[in-house]
Amino acid sequence: MSTAQPASSPSAAAGPALTAAESGLPKFGEVVEASVDRVVGQCHTLYGAPPLGTLVRVGSSLFAVVDGVSTAALDPGRRVIARGAELASESDVYAENPQLERLLRTDVTLTVVGHEEGGRFFQHLPPLPPRIHTFLYACSGAEVRAFMERSDWTALVLASALPTADDVLAAALREAAPEFDDPRAFLVQACRAIAAQLPTDAARLAAIMRRLPVE
Amino acid sequence: MTTNGTEPDGPVRIGAVVGGSLSRGLDVRLESAQAVEDVKVGTFVTVQGKFNRFFGIVTDLLLDSSDPRMASAIAGGGPALAEALSGTTAYSTASVTPMLTMQAGGEGPQPARSMPPHFANAYRASNDDVAAVFGSEDARHIWIGSPLDMEDTRVCLNLEEFVKRSNGVFGKSGSGKSFLTRILLAGILQRGAAINLVFDMHSEYGWQSTSESGYAAKGLKQLFGSRVSVFTLDPASSRRRGASTDYDVVIGFDEIEPDDIAVLASTLHVTDLGVQSCYTLERRFGRNWLLEFLGHSQEDLASLADSMGENAGTLGALRRRLSQLQRFGFMSERSTGGSAVRQVLEHLQDNRHVVLEFGGFGDNITAYLLVANLITRRIHTEYRERTEAALAEGRPQPTPLVITIEEAHRFLDPGVAGQTIFGTIAREMRKYRVTLLVVDQRPSGIDGEVLSQVGTRIVCQLDNDRDVDAVLTGAPGARELRTVLSRLESQQQSLMFGHALPMPVVVRTRAYDEAFYADMGVPGHGAALGTASTPSRSDLFG
Repeated sequence: MSTAQPASSPSAAAGPALTAAESGLPKFGEVVEASVDRVVGQCHTLYGAPPLGTLVRVGSSLFAVVDGVSTAALDPGRRVIARGAELASESDVYAENPQLERLLRTDVTLTVVGHEEGGRFFQHLPPLPPRIHTFLYACSGAEVRAFMERSDWTALVLASALPTADDVLAAALREAAPEFDDPRAFLVQACRAIAAQLPTDAARLAAIMRRLPVE
Repeated sequence: MTTNGTEPDGPVRIGAVVGGSLSRGLDVRLESAQAVEDVKVGTFVTVQGKFNRFFGIVTDLLLDSSDPRMASAIAGGGPALAEALSGTTAYSTASVTPMLTMQAGGEGPQPARSMPPHFANAYRASNDDVAAVFGSEDARHIWIGSPLDMEDTRVCLNLEEFVKRSNGVFGKSGSGKSFLTRILLAGILQRGAAINLVFDMHSEYGWQSTSESGYAAKGLKQLFGSRVSVFTLDPASSRRRGASTDYDVVIGFDEIEPDDIAVLASTLHVTDLGVQSCYTLERRFGRNWLLEFLGHSQEDLASLADSMGENAGTLGALRRRLSQLQRFGFMSERSTGGSAVRQVLEHLQDNRHVVLEFGGFGDNITAYLLVANLITRRIHTEYRERTEAALAEGRPQPTPLVITIEEAHRFLDPGVAGQTIFGTIAREMRKYRVTLLVVDQRPSGIDGEVLSQVGTRIVCQLDNDRDVDAVLTGAPGARELRTVLSRLESQQQSLMFGHALPMPVVVRTRAYDEAFYADMGVPGHGAALGTASTPSRSDLFG
């Protein structure tokens, strides 16, 4: 469970500069699989994924929340083998095997929560999925504030078939809260939106709220 | 949404209709935490339908939740969870009974027979709404108080309708019945809606009396001068109180009829057999039967019993009981020519209002019953004749008469209601323009049939469940009104409903003070509305 911290810091690894049309923050990966409600992205650097719950801009107009991060061998047919038997530390493993950076990949899965059209934010699914190779950017504080001003997006996370939906939702709120002037007010407002969507399940709301830094 | 949009801050929305029924009331989901605590039982609410506006009253409040398991789910939750749940999963509804419908541009309020649709917005009623429903002060309407939490709004009572039926002021002792009655009497008098005859048991309506809080409340005589005549049964007491009275009442034994004794049977402990004997005695001795009978010595009584075919023991007991009447100072062996009863009638005929003070006899229920019944019976006869004559000759009917009686359950309990003239008046005298204003603290003691004839009921706080039941009998929405009634404060608040009001209303009664005196146009208390000191038929009713 991560503590709330700016969404950008972990993904601020080295990478090519952004185009002027895109956000001030650097890209961290690109789309490798896409549907209207879910996107799989591959990170440009090993372990270069933003934390769970980070609001991500897909290309210029689509918004999604990180709902999973995984790292595995680039070639599914070739399983990774243990290499540290003779070495003192984990970092020595990577130092001794520089090829690992090329043989492993870090993937992120994203739940689509809305899109932007003509400067307006819509908290429902876009008409079409993003194209493959669309770049992924962790949203800036300003983008987080602009998009999460309303809390209707929570419905898309709650409705996703993920077994971890509640954790993803809590993580997304935790990540976003510090960007607001009054984090508590933001959290309570979002929780009221969640409560409205769970009219017969106060227990689930209570469970989500236990994962939030709010009393 | 006000009728003319003059409300300074606009209408205050409290929520939206989410369910309910016409009989049970509409469920209005309250919008905000503030609304939850501000909306009270008895608050007026308007609901804006698509075509009609509905006017209703909050009869119940409910904390509800969409999740039946919520209580267990929130265990250990902090204030943030409470904030998230309030107004979403946990919410409050108000039960609003729709009473009236107001069509845009249509005629006045009509009884509600339809409902607003789902999601219709509900608002707190504005001053304009209340005025549209209850009318505003004019020649017929008097301002009687304000709805709860609407101190600037005036609830008005249509006196013309009010005096058409018998009415009741109920409430436990000290709940403000007397002040309410004073306001009603003064209103009737000032607007000339009817002539008052008040049987003033505790001598509080005619001349100044001091309330429980030490406040000296002016009597009708002080407010309206010579338009009011005060008769007293106890001149000594009136003098002691410094009250100005017009006539001392003296009643002759020859004015008492066996019917009067029948009413007194239970208070004098006269048996049914004894009452029967009274009728026999009257047949034998004629008009002066009572005095003749009381004049018999014990020995004479035996021969009288023989000759009448009665039991000597019965007659002996009857004589003992009836001799109590001789102790009353206002009883005289023979009535003088202008008997008190005649005087009262003449005053009423001259459109003068009469207050009959009982002074020291106020605590004597026998005296009160006897006098009230005796006088009212003559009035009954008189009014009946006058009304019939007026009908036959096509003349205008006499001015309506309102007879105020206190401790009404004594006259109207199921045992005697059939015999007393008050029972008859309550049931049928409306046709003859005589109605009752019943002031009582034990409505459950009043005959159900009589109570059902009470047109407008004004109810202050009542503690006894049976009294509450009795007073609500036959009222539409009695179940809901019961909740309202049980929440009344102990003073200065009353629930009013019935004939003269378009819908039930909880009122904070207006104060009976200098401002009221001024409204009534009392000299020395601000501008006079009418010429209070020069009464005449043409002045008042011309």
